[in-house]
Amino acid sequence: MEEEFESGVVKKFMYVNRKVPYGTIYALEVLEMILISAAFDQDVHVAFLDDGVYQIKKGQSTGDSGMKNFSPTYRALEGYDIEKLYVEKESLEERGLTEADLLVPVEVLSRTELAQLMSEMDMVLSA
Amino acid sequence: MKFAILVNEGPYNHQASDSAYLFAKAALDRGHEIFRVFFYYDGVLNATRHAEPPTDDRNVGRNWQKLAEQHQLDLVVCVAAGLRRGIVEDTLAPGFRISGLGQLIEAGIQADRLVAFGD
Repeated sequence: MEEEFESGVVKKFMYVNRKVPYGTIYALEVLEMILISAAFDQDVHVAFLDDGVYQIKKGQSTGDSGMKNFSPTYRALEGYDIEKLYVEKESLEERGLTEADLLVPVEVLSRTELAQLMSEMDMVLSA
Repeated sequence: MKFAILVNEGPYNHQASDSAYLFAKAALDRGHEIFRVFFYYDGVLNATRHAEPPTDDRNVGRNWQKLAEQHQLDLVVCVAAGLRRGIVEDTLAPGFRISGLGQLIEAGIQADRLVAFGD
């Protein structure tokens, strides 16, 4: 594909999802970015915090809203070797959610731990 | 330093594109390199050729075009985000080009810093 790019450089990328899945397009277009970055053999991390945790909540139904329910795509990330998914513990708790409410296996980190992980990244893209 | 810039919001509704432009200009003035400017989400709307803002206000798209001309900047509009919003070859202003998201990832790999402007 035209995107193919060989440099041998592997950087730590983190995509930080902070917004609800619907209402704005950010969650969907971040997902498109994540999928593309899989083709570049980079060290990809995906974090969900604040209202972003709702992006991977089970049982999403967009019903008659006319919005596309893209939540099944999160389950496909594993097939693209994107397995480093993180959720902030405090964000889950503040919303009355637990790990059992989530669509995909994640590592739950405290706010402090997530901040530490972020500081180790080469690139953090947040939306 | 080698910078890459990501513009995540459209012109006027947000100040993000203005801030990104001023950042790019300041960086270039101080002798830094801008590897690429990538436009994503509503940021692709900065690349429309049809914008005609009132003449007593800045022209955000034109500012980018002029800066690109002066410094041979690579202004890249995401093809998928552009198609959603009607930014295609026919509507694209001079100085911009349309390409894939891979160009953003490549910029992130190549640059020392990727600086994102948006909400």
